[in-house]
Amino acid sequence: MFEYCVDPPSLEGLVWLSCYLTTGKHMAFYGAFGTVLLLLAITAPTALAFGFGGAMAARARLAPLRWFGKGYIAIVRGVPDIAFFLFFVIALDQGIEYLRHRWKCPEWDEPIRQGSDFLVCQAAKMPLGNSAQWVHEAYGFSLAVLTFAIVFGAFAANVLFGAMQAVPRAQIETAEAYGMSPRQTFWRITVPQMWVYALPGLSNLWMVLIKATPLLFLLGVEDIVYWARDLGSAKTPRFTDYPHGDWRVYYFLVLLIFYLAFTRVSEVVLDRVMARLTLGQATTAGEAQRKGA
Amino acid sequence: MSCLQTIQDYGLRSLGIGERLLPRDNFTLCEQVILIGSGMIWNVYFGVFALASGFLLATLLGVGKASTNPLFRKPASWFIFLFRGSPLFIQFFFGYFLFLSLKQHAPIFDAFSAAWLGALVVLFFNTAAYTGEIFYGALQSVPKGDVEAADAYGLTGWTRFRRVIWPTMLRLAWPAYTNEAIFLFHATTLVFFSGFPAQQQMGDALYYASYFADKTFNPFIPYPILAGYFIALTLVIIGIFGTINRRLNRHLPRSQRRKIRLRPNLIR
Repeated sequence: MFEYCVDPPSLEGLVWLSCYLTTGKHMAFYGAFGTVLLLLAITAPTALAFGFGGAMAARARLAPLRWFGKGYIAIVRGVPDIAFFLFFVIALDQGIEYLRHRWKCPEWDEPIRQGSDFLVCQAAKMPLGNSAQWVHEAYGFSLAVLTFAIVFGAFAANVLFGAMQAVPRAQIETAEAYGMSPRQTFWRITVPQMWVYALPGLSNLWMVLIKATPLLFLLGVEDIVYWARDLGSAKTPRFTDYPHGDWRVYYFLVLLIFYLAFTRVSEVVLDRVMARLTLGQATTAGEAQRKGA
Repeated sequence: MSCLQTIQDYGLRSLGIGERLLPRDNFTLCEQVILIGSGMIWNVYFGVFALASGFLLATLLGVGKASTNPLFRKPASWFIFLFRGSPLFIQFFFGYFLFLSLKQHAPIFDAFSAAWLGALVVLFFNTAAYTGEIFYGALQSVPKGDVEAADAYGLTGWTRFRRVIWPTMLRLAWPAYTNEAIFLFHATTLVFFSGFPAQQQMGDALYYASYFADKTFNPFIPYPILAGYFIALTLVIIGIFGTINRRLNRHLPRSQRRKIRLRPNLIR
């Protein structure tokens, strides 16, 4: 990175550290923080969309759709999430390949599961065997995003379902009295009013989502945990210009501080948003604000 | 090989008793059910011991955070913030590598770098922090009248805490504490996926489930088995905590008893 970094073994102290912390691998490590933020930025709205769909399904008048919605919420919430993460990554991958296989190779007559193998024709592989490295990485990342969205969608569905139920009954009855159809009532009365009830649950979910991001490591994405383990482990002079002992504890200390700072900042921001939203609301918190002013 | 034979071979495999080699191919359903069930021993072990020890520390933390003396309040608040603000997954890694480095200086930390003690310590601190926050919240909502009544009876200090405040705190906190217990048991699945290695393939339920999923490349059998075990475990926890909840609230009229509202399973 710097010009004086040409001969690392001759360097001392802070100069050595400045060179060490700007190696290519460290740059990848810093980039991985971006990966985590990117995952959050994509997952949060996707999970919210899944949650909205799930909550709508759980409220549906059509019984099978309602069962599906309630089952989705109940099953995902009842089992350790990490099991779901491990399950969905393989299950989604195999599901996608199976569907492509049925579509692209209809003449294939051998069974797909042969003992311990999962065999689909070459054209159905996802991504294709000859595609570039970045395609493989992007595919792995999108599978991770989809998995996160499915799991956190169930939590969000539960929060939004509760929030929709919490909208005062009188509001719905008034809408009906005005002759609105159920669809109109839902979109014009329930949805705009539910957010203030949903926000405490959703902000809790956001904190949980932040703390779930290190699980990306288990899904095979090169995230901050991967790099912290890689960079921190003991290095001998034979393989690197910057030999050092086992520094993993310091790298994980950095991650710990990163997450503490991130959750703390989120907490402060969400408290402000909540204070803004409750302003003038007929709730206990709104009343307390009025008295305090 | 009959299923009875499998139970003898693998029933206690997670503790290192029985057949040393894990099955390698032609996995039967029986083998998967038994081995994953054997791994549940670890999940129950971690959960029960962390919960029992965490309860004591959590009471101290809750009282400490509610204290007016900054000497108690500050450390308790910081402890709770540290363990609630960071992911358990990172705490496991950090704890493991910390114990590894300490081992170099003091041999007493030898045992801490193994999962049975090291991961238990991390889980103990973690659950104490979460429960401490729950207890703190409950302490804040102990009805003023209860404390005033205790004062009127001349109760002070430890007696007042032991006879009036603490039981009320527990009663208020119990529904949330039940959820915390369920989270904790689910969180035990993280142990062998973080820094802590599974020695001689003695792992928990998820460890074996992912072993089978890796070998057969078929996630649709081992993970549903694991899910079944965890749903059963969750029901047992709900049963036990519900019984305690009824006992805590036995003096109240039926209409005022607080129902446990279950919101299980959020990652930490």
